[in-house]
Amino acid sequence: MIKENLSIRKADIINRRMFIIGAAKVLIFVGIIGRLFSLQINENKKYLTLSDKNRIREWKLPPTRGSIVDYFGNIIAGNLKVYQLHIIPEQVENFNYLLNRLKFLLQLSEKKISNILKSKKKLKPWESIIVSENLSWSQFVKVNNYLYDLVGVKPVMTISRNYPFNDIYTHVLGYVSQPNENDILQNQIIQERFVPGMKVGKLGLEKTLENHLIGTNDIQRYEVNAYGKRINHLEYQKGKQGSKIRLTVDTEVQKLSAKLLAGQAGSISVMDIYTGEVVAMYSSPSYDPNLFLFGISKDEWELIRNNPLKPLINKTLSGLYSPGSTIKPIVALSALENNIINPNFKVRCTGKTELYGQTFHCWKEKGHGVVSLNNAMKQSCDTYFYEIARLLGVDRLKITAKKFGLGEKVLGDYFENEKQGLFPNTSWKKNNLGKGWVLGETLITGIGQGYTQTTPLQLCLMTAQIANGGYSIKPKIIVNNDPLSFEEAKKNMKEQSLINFNTQLFKDEKNIKIVQEAMFSSTNEIGGTSYRSRIDNPKYQFAGKTGTAQVKRISKRERELDLKIDQIPYNDRDHALYVAYGPYENPRYALSIIVEHGGSGSKAAAPMAKKLFKLIIDRDVLREKQPNFEEIDI
Amino acid sequence: MFQHKRFNSELTFFQKVKDLDYILILCIVLLSIISVFVMYSTDGGEILYHTKSHFIKILVFFTLMMVISFFNIKFWHTSYIFYFSIILLLIWVAMYGIKASGSQRWVDLYFIVLQPSELMKIGIILCLAKYYHRLKIDSVNSLLSITVALTIIIIPIILVLAQPDLGTSILIAFSGLIILWLGGVKIKYFFVSFITFLISLPFIISFLKPYQKLRILTFLDPDRDPLGAGYQIIQSKIAIGSGGLSGKGFLKGTQSYLEFLPEKHTDFIFTLFSEEFGFLGSIGLLIIYTIIIVRIIRIGVLSRSNFAKFFCFGFAFAIFIYIVVNLSMVLGLLPIVGSPLPIMSYGGSSMLATMIGFGIVLSAKINHRQTIA
Repeated sequence: MIKENLSIRKADIINRRMFIIGAAKVLIFVGIIGRLFSLQINENKKYLTLSDKNRIREWKLPPTRGSIVDYFGNIIAGNLKVYQLHIIPEQVENFNYLLNRLKFLLQLSEKKISNILKSKKKLKPWESIIVSENLSWSQFVKVNNYLYDLVGVKPVMTISRNYPFNDIYTHVLGYVSQPNENDILQNQIIQERFVPGMKVGKLGLEKTLENHLIGTNDIQRYEVNAYGKRINHLEYQKGKQGSKIRLTVDTEVQKLSAKLLAGQAGSISVMDIYTGEVVAMYSSPSYDPNLFLFGISKDEWELIRNNPLKPLINKTLSGLYSPGSTIKPIVALSALENNIINPNFKVRCTGKTELYGQTFHCWKEKGHGVVSLNNAMKQSCDTYFYEIARLLGVDRLKITAKKFGLGEKVLGDYFENEKQGLFPNTSWKKNNLGKGWVLGETLITGIGQGYTQTTPLQLCLMTAQIANGGYSIKPKIIVNNDPLSFEEAKKNMKEQSLINFNTQLFKDEKNIKIVQEAMFSSTNEIGGTSYRSRIDNPKYQFAGKTGTAQVKRISKRERELDLKIDQIPYNDRDHALYVAYGPYENPRYALSIIVEHGGSGSKAAAPMAKKLFKLIIDRDVLREKQPNFEEIDI
Repeated sequence: MFQHKRFNSELTFFQKVKDLDYILILCIVLLSIISVFVMYSTDGGEILYHTKSHFIKILVFFTLMMVISFFNIKFWHTSYIFYFSIILLLIWVAMYGIKASGSQRWVDLYFIVLQPSELMKIGIILCLAKYYHRLKIDSVNSLLSITVALTIIIIPIILVLAQPDLGTSILIAFSGLIILWLGGVKIKYFFVSFITFLISLPFIISFLKPYQKLRILTFLDPDRDPLGAGYQIIQSKIAIGSGGLSGKGFLKGTQSYLEFLPEKHTDFIFTLFSEEFGFLGSIGLLIIYTIIIVRIIRIGVLSRSNFAKFFCFGFAFAIFIYIVVNLSMVLGLLPIVGSPLPIMSYGGSSMLATMIGFGIVLSAKINHRQTIA
């Protein structure tokens, strides 16, 4: 019995201790359930996201670039179907064998093969290596025929940029190509949407409008396992094509410009004087942007780069030229506005004028005799403008020049390579060259030589603003949401000037008129410098001003020799310039023409204006019919 | 007393059948069915090797459990022999065991590849239950008896640690210590040794193998090496957390299906279950385990024999500890130590041990009126 008692006592201890443990068990279970609750209920969202991140992998495909059209809706930068060949390394059984087969089938070079091997090392095994970006149809068919033997090879039909007008628009549009590290680092959007094989804008509008044009990636979603192998295709999300952008340019005018400047270095720009729309903007010579799409060959690149006419420079925007006599309308206007002269002010031209012992020559050695303002403009008498520039002073001249857009970028941020040019004054020289202004410099500034540097588009804008009666316009190359017809723009322009005095560039409307008349005389009256290029038909009749910009100082000896143009070395020949607007009676368009080393403006540049105005004015009817257009996003 | 004994030995087969704990058996069967389905899911929704093998093991070991339950509980008074046989097996393993992934834990018995350390989890309970059953209550706290008891625990632990297998040795230690606790060893002693353990912890850690230290560091901050050491626990938490309230659905657990979960058949089986069946499923599973534990404790309470009490309470506690260690591990509450989830995890030895344990518990139920060996 004692034994049994002991046993019962023992059982009591066991039971008691059991229940202490039991209580602990309950607590621990509650703790575990709490943890389960916090993971599965409270943080469910977080872990669901993480689990999706684990299992869903996205394959981005190159986005489809928006197209660019001209004013009439013709595609000038579009997309073209191309056939490509990709290798997906993880699917390849024997990489060397595959490369050998491809090398044989497509005649790949050794360099290409080593490039493929290089990119294989860089990419993840499920990312595709692009073997060929642009297969010909026959190559594509060949590969498809041998596909059974080419495990891991994927023929792909994709879309590539295409410039149907080849070199006509190169300096406006720029071109696209493979992005380099800088392109990717500098643009957040490219960074986000980058996929191998994608092209981005390298130059021109293609570059500056990149974020509008780029479009969003097509996305393929796959479920993958822990080793990155694709298990399921979940969805295909179509990306959005980039915005379609409509430019203000007219392909026909652009083409004619290219034709006129063929074989020469130079630039033609045409602008609507009310809306500020750039109708044409061509820099010659140009080059074919399609060459850059799949990587330009070294030979072709060398050919472009070493061309003495410098096709890579966009002369319209970044070519800096002395305006020569084309500045004279501004000098005359400035003198009138500042009441230095009146239209009857006369100067006697003897072919040269002397100042502090220095001789300043007029282009006409014999002199023009006594000339009035109108005559001086018409015959482009330098002596007259030396005189009024002297009376006016460079500082007052600069104020007028600045109002008309000289020394400032015309299209602003749209072109990275646009130069702002320079119009000097006394303080500029003091600050930048550290020397005082010399009166002689005022004189040569008055005939558009010296420090003054302008881009062809600035001269075009300047002329447009004289032509529209002296109102400031905002030049543009992209048609925005609500394009104004020129009538509306004209009305707007005048109303605006009543509210905002700065948009009116004159003090007295009369002065503009006087300058316009002088430009008319220069083209349409006997003795005018561009008289030979005139059009008598009032429908096309235009008014203009020639300019001949010296590239280097003419020595006394050369002046005496009076060489013909083909006797001077090319690089020493004068630049030929011409600015004009028309039709004279009811002006609509302004243009500027520059032919590098073309000799005199009246011989080399003005005749082009005649052909241009014919076309531009004929097309004006069409242009006005098409003021609106669908889907413009900028 | 004499009468009782005679009465018990005269139990007929039908009386025995009648006395089985059917709720416990039902829970075990339920758990077995669930485990087969979960194994089917780990095989990616196909009846492959793991599913088949697990199913066969369950059938065999369940039958074994039922056979054991009809043994007289007295049979287990042979537990010293059982214990020593396992010790011998462990020594055999140490010498001739099968090596896999850096540890030597298995012995090939031709019909089964056995992991004796798993069996020791039961063996230690049996052995100590027997020891304390015999021990007079006054001598429980004597130096000699405590030394003997600790030796019984420490010998297998040393052998298992040498394999090396930290997880199983911890579980063996817990299973043994609980009997000491139930046997009436002074609470003071437990308290003092716990404090001593804490103080010597840094010293112990310095003895750990580099991979074990790494596991502890990883436990403290899984993100320090998300693709290496921390991978398992991060993926496990993602799987469980993404299960949500009702889970992703049977065979739809992406984490396991797409092979983000490591060791999903064995130690991480709960992760897969929880991903597919969610919070509600997990609670359900815990309820089944709770019922099993409660039933075992109830049998212990009913039993008149102290041996049966020791065993039932000890085994209930052991089951509890297995579950807690396993769940805490997959939930990121404890460092990763290898420890299977009873019945659910793939693995013959673990299931064999568990089923033997259930068998003995059922036998204790049948013979609960019996007081003494």
